Amino acid sequence: MSKIRVVHYINQFFAGIGGEEKADTKPELREGIVGPGMALKAAFKEEAEVVATVICGDSYFNENLEEAKAVVLDMVKKYDPDLFIAGPAFNAGRYGVACGTISKAVQDELGIPVVTAMYPENPGVDLFKKDVYIVQTGNSAATMRKAIPVLSKLALKLGKKEEIGSPSEEGYISRGVRKNIFREERGSKRAVDMLIQKLKGEEFVTEYPMPNFDHVTPGKAVEDVSKIKIALVTSGGIVPKGNPDHIESSSASKYGKYSIEEFDDLTHETHETAHGGYDPVYANANADRVLPVDVLRDFEKEGKIGKLHKYFYTTVGNGTSVANAKKFAAQYAKELIADGVKAVILTST
Amino acid sequence: MVKEIERTGIPVVHMCTVVPISLTVGANRIVPTIAIPHPLGNPSLDPIDEKKLRRKLIEKALKALETEVVDQTVFED
Repeated sequence: MSKIRVVHYINQFFAGIGGEEKADTKPELREGIVGPGMALKAAFKEEAEVVATVICGDSYFNENLEEAKAVVLDMVKKYDPDLFIAGPAFNAGRYGVACGTISKAVQDELGIPVVTAMYPENPGVDLFKKDVYIVQTGNSAATMRKAIPVLSKLALKLGKKEEIGSPSEEGYISRGVRKNIFREERGSKRAVDMLIQKLKGEEFVTEYPMPNFDHVTPGKAVEDVSKIKIALVTSGGIVPKGNPDHIESSSASKYGKYSIEEFDDLTHETHETAHGGYDPVYANANADRVLPVDVLRDFEKEGKIGKLHKYFYTTVGNGTSVANAKKFAAQYAKELIADGVKAVILTST
Repeated sequence: MVKEIERTGIPVVHMCTVVPISLTVGANRIVPTIAIPHPLGNPSLDPIDEKKLRRKLIEKALKALETEVVDQTVFED
């Protein structure tokens, strides 16, 4: 059998083009293997071959979704591959969204089997797990070595059009697909066994995990913003110059609360960003581009808003766990209420 | 964070560039912004025009806060 032809999608970082300062790199096509494709090649042995690699900057892809998708699709089409692999994206949010978007497009529009890989908290997972196979990885590239064998094994199966097993057998994130299967024991017996295990406090595995719908009802609209106090919150990592509380540039373990009472405008002398997940040049030059204190101060003077709350709350939303983000916000939301804040503007990068 | 604040009943407007992410995390009022590293600015404009652009976006956000929504809503132009 001839080798399975694979086209691989990676971002600017894994291509060695650069970090955040190069995240606006436009899609480009290179013959053969680039970056993590080497590890895939080794794992494929002689069964498959990466014939081309498509590279695109994470910011470029996300800011120009439709255009980037179309251009990348064209590039993939040129090589007429048997299989398309994107990532692994680990916990890189924009990279994960790009991998999911392009994988779904290749699958739907070109009819080619696809697989990608990322960390369960990557926003790309919730967006695309129903549509494409996403191999579960750790949260950083340090887990690449563990991810590649699982990814390449599933990829080969897809390339050979073999039957794909359950998520736990194959290592991909559940797509919510139900399949009828025969079991040794009937349902009533299994249910009672499970109940007894539960009562005894033993470990048991449910056969039907409940989906976790966590929708929050929208807050009631404000009648008149000119009569209320509004607070600014950001995940864009804006901090007073010098980052006094040492908020981490990724996977933040804390948030900051800082007074803006004495500021009409944030400047490069007073504020900067601690965020390590986007090019900081523009925010460091003028933090109002992320935390718009200048305009809100003007609106306060013009009477368009009642008052700008004297503190802002900030953290770095870069690979920060959902659990931490929830905890931060639950804490400061109480303070916001106690301080009489009636609405929040939350900015994200 | 959007959800945890909104859970208390305070309306939150989420200003961000990658709208699909905002929709997945569960923001209810979403105002799309300019670019990931400068959501509320555009360094290629001169400072006066850039601030005008920021004013416009914030005005849109304030309007979103005054608008009753029952479901996730993206406030386009």
